Amino acid sequence: MSHTFFIAFSYIVTALVVAGLILRAVIDHRIQLRALADLESRGIGRRSRRG
Amino acid sequence: MIRELANPTRFMSLSGTLLPWVGGLSAILMGVGLYLVWFASPADYQQGETVRIMYLHVPAAWLSLFFYMIMATSALGTLVWRHPLADVSQKAAAPIGAAFTLICLFTGSLWGKPMWGTYWQWDARLTSMLVMLLIYLGILALWRAIEEPNRAARAVSILTLVGAVNVPIVKFSVDWWNTLHQPASVFRIDGPTIHPSMLVPLLIMAVAFSLLGVALHLSGMRTEILRRRVRTLTILEAERLDAQAA
Repeated sequence: MSHTFFIAFSYIVTALVVAGLILRAVIDHRIQLRALADLESRGIGRRSRRG
Repeated sequence: MIRELANPTRFMSLSGTLLPWVGGLSAILMGVGLYLVWFASPADYQQGETVRIMYLHVPAAWLSLFFYMIMATSALGTLVWRHPLADVSQKAAAPIGAAFTLICLFTGSLWGKPMWGTYWQWDARLTSMLVMLLIYLGILALWRAIEEPNRAARAVSILTLVGAVNVPIVKFSVDWWNTLHQPASVFRIDGPTIHPSMLVPLLIMAVAFSLLGVALHLSGMRTEILRRRVRTLTILEAERLDAQAA
């Protein structure tokens, strides 16, 4: 195998792992925001314990 | 400053302002760094073009240790100072550190094959780095195994502090043992041994990766705070439904 293969593979794998980290961060954040909005739309707030 | 950030609402506000700047700066520096790596830095006289793997491998290795130190400091914050955001920081740092450790091992293996003639060698540096990945995976598994966040944080903190013993072993393994891996060539008492034409792109890539790591860490902490709010509200909802049923 040529050295180009090892260099290209290194950059592709790194790009994929970094893209995975960024995607995971964005998707997870959106899921939590949606869940929070859903709970609050049903009137579940921190103060609802008193009410 | 650290005490001020103990308030999650204040942290959310400050991190929300900082995050786009840190992420943007990381993207710009990554672009500059990659340009220098591919178009301005020379091939190595011995390794040829393969030296370009160094610009990924070395920053990933540094960040692997850097995120472990963040986790160890946060573990002390959880166990000793009981800082409310310490375990949030710990939990957010673990997958990032694990990912950089994986990049380090993978690119190192791909660099090793054409240079050493093997993908893997059980030498002290490579083995201690593999142990680092296993510790990261153990910490991630422990976070998932214990549902209650405070109990999980205490257990993970102890494991993190025990695992911190491996950090100096990784760093000094090339000095303490005779290894196939080369000794340090940047952070040395007598100064770096790399030519500036390679050192500058390497440092720019390291800063770009570090800022990316900080952006991911801030983002992860923000998501974890939201997750805990969702958990608290879900429990409140369940309690309210129970009370109504009774």
